[in-house]
Amino acid sequence: MAAMFSQNPLMNGPNYSFNDAPRTAAPEGARQHRFDPYTDNGGSTLAIAGADFAIMAGDTRLTSGYSINSRYHPKLFKIGGTTADQKDATIVLSVVGFAADGEALKERLDAICKMYRYRHGKPMSVKACAQRLSTILYQKRFFPYYVYAILGGLDEEGKGAVYSYDPVGSYEREQCRAGGAAASLIMPFLDNQVNFKNQYEPGSGVGHALQERERKPLTRSEGEILVKDAFDGAVERHIEVGDGLQMMVITKDGIEEVLLPLKKD
Amino acid sequence: MDHRPQAWGRPRDDVYGAYDHSYLQNSGPRQATQAPIVTGTSVIAIKYKNGVVMAADNLASYGSLARFPDVKRLRVFLDSSVIGFSGDVSDMQFLDRHLTELSIDEAYEDPSSDSKAGQLNAANLHKYLQKLLYKRRNDFDPLWNQLLIAGFDGDSKPYLASVDLRGTSFTSPSLATGFGSALAQPIMRRYAATEEDAAKLSREEAVEVIKECMKVLYYRDARSLDRYSIAVVTKEGVELKEDEQLEKQSWAFAEQIKGYGTQTV
Amino acid sequence: MPGFDFSNYNRNAALHARGVPLPKATSTGTTIVGCIFDGGVVIAADTRATSGPIVADKNCEKLHFISPNIWCAGAGTAADTEFTTALISSQLELHSLSTGRKPRVVTCMTLLKQHLFRYQGHIGAYLVVAGVDPTGTHLFTVHAHGSTDKLPYVTMGSGSLAAMSVFETQWKPQLTKEEAMKLCSQAIEAGIWNDLGSGSNVDLAVITADKTTLHRGFVKPNERTQKLKSYVFRRGTTAVLNEKVIKKEEIGNYVSVEELAEEQLPGGDKMELDT
Repeated sequence: MAAMFSQNPLMNGPNYSFNDAPRTAAPEGARQHRFDPYTDNGGSTLAIAGADFAIMAGDTRLTSGYSINSRYHPKLFKIGGTTADQKDATIVLSVVGFAADGEALKERLDAICKMYRYRHGKPMSVKACAQRLSTILYQKRFFPYYVYAILGGLDEEGKGAVYSYDPVGSYEREQCRAGGAAASLIMPFLDNQVNFKNQYEPGSGVGHALQERERKPLTRSEGEILVKDAFDGAVERHIEVGDGLQMMVITKDGIEEVLLPLKKD
Repeated sequence: MDHRPQAWGRPRDDVYGAYDHSYLQNSGPRQATQAPIVTGTSVIAIKYKNGVVMAADNLASYGSLARFPDVKRLRVFLDSSVIGFSGDVSDMQFLDRHLTELSIDEAYEDPSSDSKAGQLNAANLHKYLQKLLYKRRNDFDPLWNQLLIAGFDGDSKPYLASVDLRGTSFTSPSLATGFGSALAQPIMRRYAATEEDAAKLSREEAVEVIKECMKVLYYRDARSLDRYSIAVVTKEGVELKEDEQLEKQSWAFAEQIKGYGTQTV
Repeated sequence: MPGFDFSNYNRNAALHARGVPLPKATSTGTTIVGCIFDGGVVIAADTRATSGPIVADKNCEKLHFISPNIWCAGAGTAADTEFTTALISSQLELHSLSTGRKPRVVTCMTLLKQHLFRYQGHIGAYLVVAGVDPTGTHLFTVHAHGSTDKLPYVTMGSGSLAAMSVFETQWKPQLTKEEAMKLCSQAIEAGIWNDLGSGSNVDLAVITADKTTLHRGFVKPNERTQKLKSYVFRRGTTAVLNEKVIKKEEIGNYVSVEELAEEQLPGGDKMELDT
């Protein structure tokens, strides 16, 4: 009865039993690096696009394993302003996953936006910035930035724009998106409450003739309420989410930032 | 007697087999630091009204062996910041040499001015070290340390931040590395849960909290020592004491303990 | 044969070797503590149960009954702490009935360590055993591999270091009941706030020579925040593709009932009927 569980903390849990060792063993003579360049720092992000605004949000907890590194570590960054405090920025980037990669990614994108403004004499559009972010991510295809990024701003017509990414640069413009640890908890809630998925007009028909509930754009306050409620829910059921909720609302007048408390257990 | 002097004092091939020279080859993957060897345990630090207090014990361990009991792990930078090192000691000494060079360069930059205005402050130093450690992790040649950096930021407010071997960085009113993040951080958070709480602490209170934490760490961390260094960073400079002894330890409970189970004598 | 059924062991090991993961057990990430005072002992626990990073239960009970004067706080695999304490509780009751004496804490501790040692750590129960018996007040920890410890204050679980930081700074000999309760509750709170595996409320039990008092929800610092909006749906919002109502009277149309002749009855003995 070979031990099914390794006592070796590095193996962390179930061990291989019998003769089936991992098939990915390094070739003869090559020594494997013991250094793992990635960690997961937990946390969750969320973005909703409205008719003339975009809301970006993220919790402020930074974790490693079962411990809290910091109760205030922002995941939202203003991008492409002309000053160090970014007060004239119009684009917000949220990053969640491996915090060091997130920081590096934010600084790359910010530098690129600043260079663009210097060269062209105008700020970068969200569309251009979104495309550029995708390129940056894909450039590191074989040593990726381990981050789930969301970019928010206003498009050329002044409509709210939210672009979401996977770690290697696949991206899409969306109405709303949740990222990070509690994404799987928040996203179904958003599908239902923002895009009214699985909601029908009562009494509008029978069987397949039933009418779907009509989609209408959210107002800003409705959006902010959904964000707060989504995070209050995520905090209840995900151990890596909590402490504080950082929210940025992008409108034609600039970016407003709000900080709300979340549960700290 | 073997007539070849080059074979004297070597293991006999007929007894032990041919000597394995494979470790001398430099083909195959480059051997970077793959594991810490001689290590220092926790570093702890807390902000207070007009500065930061930091402490670390004076032990460098070799595995479970208390190998070097007089190693100083707090380092002053430009008489305005303190860096505390935990993790690999050889990498700490590399960083120490590197920082000495950096501080000499800094001093040459503007030899006429004796004010600290143009010099690297703790926030700048933290950013520098974060970039350095993140670069080394990208090269798969990490510096196996977690550092705490204490001092003042550009607005002359107390500054405390951490960087680890992956370049992950964060700040908090109190910080601890290694074992201290599980044992000392809960104690420090009782006194400085938020920046506002930390700003109410006096220097004496902060020093007392740090001493209490060092005592608890000595009780429960098997890789710790009762001799430690403590640094107080204020606007006037750094006061570093490198040969402190833990005071008022209590081992009173030990007398009543008899055995581990059914023993009564 | 009493005990565990290993008949699927070889099948599971073979599946596992081919990369099928083990089912994830609910674990009680947990902070649990115990502390002796003058005249008794206090044990306390948080109330969060986790499955990976997900909170499985926000208000679970980690203080287990062994006998009226002996209680256990459990960390580790939820099922293992539950069943192990229930098993030993039952054995102890039988032992007490046959000897005609009150159960002792050392007996409970010995039964637990022998049971756990036999299973070489595969039963993931990490326990704090506390109680008052005719020989006095006792407090032990029992690890899953069968080792035990006897100390005036103990902590276990993922929040054990956070909780220990409270004891190592505040504990003193000769505590009163109130001081011990406060200390234990603060230790659990240290786990709740600083350890992600622990959370929600503090449960606490005070055991003295004459009685045990269980304080379920001794401190509740994590009440759920009120949602800003009501998420009640209008009736009929969920799509129903087709609907069929079966009345109780019509159930016979779907279930066939047959009378069996006596010789056809399975099993040997004739069923006894109350007349």
